[in-house]
Amino acid sequence: MLRLEKRPSPSRFWQMATPVLAVVLTMIAGGLMFALLGKNPVEAIRTIFYDPLFNPQFAAYSRPQLLVKAGPLILIAIGLSLGFRAGIWNIGAEGQYIMGAICGAAVGLAFYPSESVLIFPAMVLAGALGGWAWAMIPAILKTRFRTNEILVSLLLVYVAEAILASMALGRLRNPEGGGFPGSRNLSKWEASANPELIAGTGMHWGVVAAFIAVIAAYILLQRHILGFQIKLAGQAPRAARFAGVAPTKLVVLCMGLSGGLAGLAGLFEVTGPAGQISIDFGSGYGFTAIIVAFLGRLNPIGILLAGLLMALTYIGGELAQFMLGLPSAAIQAFQGMLLFFLLAVDLLSNYRIRLAKRGVA
Amino acid sequence: MTQAGKHMAEELLAIDGVTKAYPGVVANSDVSFSITKGEIHALLGENGAGKSTLVKMIYGLVKPDSGKMTLRGQSFAPAEPRAARASGVAMVFQHFSLFEALTVAENVALGMENPPQMRALAARIKEVSEDYGLPLDPDRMVGDLSAGERQRVEIIRCLLQDPKLLIMDEPTSVLTPQEVEILFKTLRQLSAEGTAILYISHKLEEIRALCDGATILRRGKVVASCIPAEKTARELAELMVGAVLTPPARAAKKAWPETEAALEVRGLSATSPIPFGTALKEISFSVRRGEVLGIAGVAGNGQDELLLALSGELRSDPQMVLSFGKPIGALGPSERRAAGFVAAPEDRLGHAAAPDMSLMENALLSGAVRKGLTRRGFIDWGATASWAEEIVARFDVRTPGISVAARALSGGNLQKFLMGRELSQSPAVVVINQPTWGVDAAAAAFIRQEILNRAEEGAAVVVISQDLDDLLEISDRFAALNEGRLSPVRPTEGLTVDEIGLMMGGAHGMEVAHHGH
Repeated sequence: MLRLEKRPSPSRFWQMATPVLAVVLTMIAGGLMFALLGKNPVEAIRTIFYDPLFNPQFAAYSRPQLLVKAGPLILIAIGLSLGFRAGIWNIGAEGQYIMGAICGAAVGLAFYPSESVLIFPAMVLAGALGGWAWAMIPAILKTRFRTNEILVSLLLVYVAEAILASMALGRLRNPEGGGFPGSRNLSKWEASANPELIAGTGMHWGVVAAFIAVIAAYILLQRHILGFQIKLAGQAPRAARFAGVAPTKLVVLCMGLSGGLAGLAGLFEVTGPAGQISIDFGSGYGFTAIIVAFLGRLNPIGILLAGLLMALTYIGGELAQFMLGLPSAAIQAFQGMLLFFLLAVDLLSNYRIRLAKRGVA
Repeated sequence: MTQAGKHMAEELLAIDGVTKAYPGVVANSDVSFSITKGEIHALLGENGAGKSTLVKMIYGLVKPDSGKMTLRGQSFAPAEPRAARASGVAMVFQHFSLFEALTVAENVALGMENPPQMRALAARIKEVSEDYGLPLDPDRMVGDLSAGERQRVEIIRCLLQDPKLLIMDEPTSVLTPQEVEILFKTLRQLSAEGTAILYISHKLEEIRALCDGATILRRGKVVASCIPAEKTARELAELMVGAVLTPPARAAKKAWPETEAALEVRGLSATSPIPFGTALKEISFSVRRGEVLGIAGVAGNGQDELLLALSGELRSDPQMVLSFGKPIGALGPSERRAAGFVAAPEDRLGHAAAPDMSLMENALLSGAVRKGLTRRGFIDWGATASWAEEIVARFDVRTPGISVAARALSGGNLQKFLMGRELSQSPAVVVINQPTWGVDAAAAAFIRQEILNRAEEGAAVVVISQDLDDLLEISDRFAALNEGRLSPVRPTEGLTVDEIGLMMGGAHGMEVAHHGH
């Protein structure tokens, strides 16, 4: 019989090892699923994890995509992780991402066709503010009226999507676009473009921002009293109040930070890889970033690695759909398994499993 | 009943060579003793001596690794509490398992295998409670009851099962001295009717007054068994602790030249932020430098709320709390620490300390302000670590290191660490709730001494405690909380236990409970 026994202190070894174990288990269970679908599991796993990076036929296209996809995931996940650490559940990063993109794009387009170098910085600022403001709605409702930030932030995603559609069809529509929905292409307008900084790497300003966010979050959590208070509030809310942490301030701060970073991610996306505000601009980065944040154990370095891994499953998943004809639902299930296994094996860092002999009196 | 009469009586429960080990600690090692029918038997020992583990085995909550138990001549190995109850063993826990939003009768029904009709049960509760001098209204909401009354609910719940053996775990820790007397009458009545009682406590005078026999545990082993009435409290204490105890020394009082009180509370009223908590009502007192004010009271009479109001977690009108004449009622915890306050809440894990954080991080938790552990918001981990090491060394905290999670420490060790954390911040005002909760006698003496040392250095000290020994030993002046109100403050010297009991609220409206018995 298996028995769980709580460890006196969380095991550092298992804290490091569980994500790796979760990936391995996902490969096994995913392989099984692919086999049941009638595909060669080894080939499927290889197509997802190996081919995008090393297959000479695809790598030239896929490799830069890794950073393009990982950038926004990491940037958003870093913001979310701070809130999650404090027990503040911003589930609406997708909405903040969209609103950041809309606000940033709107500020830029207001000056079209100026060539000023200030336009891009102004757009970045507007993007961050847009995401921040959208996150302030659940934050203030929570602190003033004790509403649940999970519900409010999530529902605001759908509001943001409606606004996005109306913007793409209305106020931000390209006047020279022949009536097609969607804004002017921001990536082709030099003043607003967020280009690839080093050719062939996929590195753009958003990726740079993501790396900066990782480092800043790491320092915040390790060395700054604010990071300590965030962790404290999440682990022991009463102890946090005893330590003098004001819960309201923390909610506003964490929601604001995560909203701002999500808004930034949206802005970098709309000026770079996506290029324009369109009806289908929201691609689910805001939701996937939640998985990334947990996959990375809410730790900045972990999130960096998890973002890259998640991006890889995206790219590899697309490749597998294309090469092996795997249904996209199977790929999504595969990604879901990753989170499932991670949460399941997480148990090992706080508990040890013992084999108990039966019938001990 | 006489001693001799009892000892000739038949043996009810025999424990023979019982051993139970947990990872890293042997809770019980080869423990043997026996209880006869109708005997009140004390299980005496310090915190961590293994008393709780032992009774949990008798009650079927824990299985022994080896050894055997015999109940009324038959082998007894309850797999779960239900089996133990079926064999006639009942237990009143130190921490109650009652639902505050349900009535007394509903709570009792929840603990029964086949509860009768609610009306019949209510009548039965009334009958049993009156028979045993523990009046209880079956229709009252448990959330509205005092701690003593809640204990009565637990006792009645047990008595309805007509137990042969009643286990009571530290029953008097939630009672006023008057309520203790009433409980003892009930227990003696039960004993006379043939119910054996296993009485767990570390309060020696109580055991001497009540118990027929005693088994003394130290570090999981039986070190002695005796008839408590034949020993002095001091002898019992030394058996329990295994060392000679020295009471704390007080230096002669220094006169501190000043006009204003270090801490003054004026008409403090506040609603409790805790569900089913107690509101503070018109509390006023003042403490000068070098002075120790002891505040007694039965648990749940506003102690937690008073601590919150003094630590700054519960804010009030600025003029309700003053320090050296400055209004500070509206300041938060960090601002009060900057003003010289330190506070130690009762609840260690979750309130005073974050369970999953290391001792080092927990040192930072309350020490950041006064010890200057941050510079422009950045944490000086080096300084934090060396301060944490200092606390560990000075307060004899047994831990493998300062990077160990707080929850990995035993209750007593964590208490020592947390007391050390607050008392080594050179405070001007010290507020402590339950300073010696869960620590052994030697550590308790040390903590009391440290509190006195701070007072001697000029701190104003408020000690809130349910342990009267704590308070009588160190406080200059004494008051008690009862239902959120503070009694008048009186000099400790010359107070009698009776007077203290009355300050704590007497017997909470049941003085006539035992008439006719």
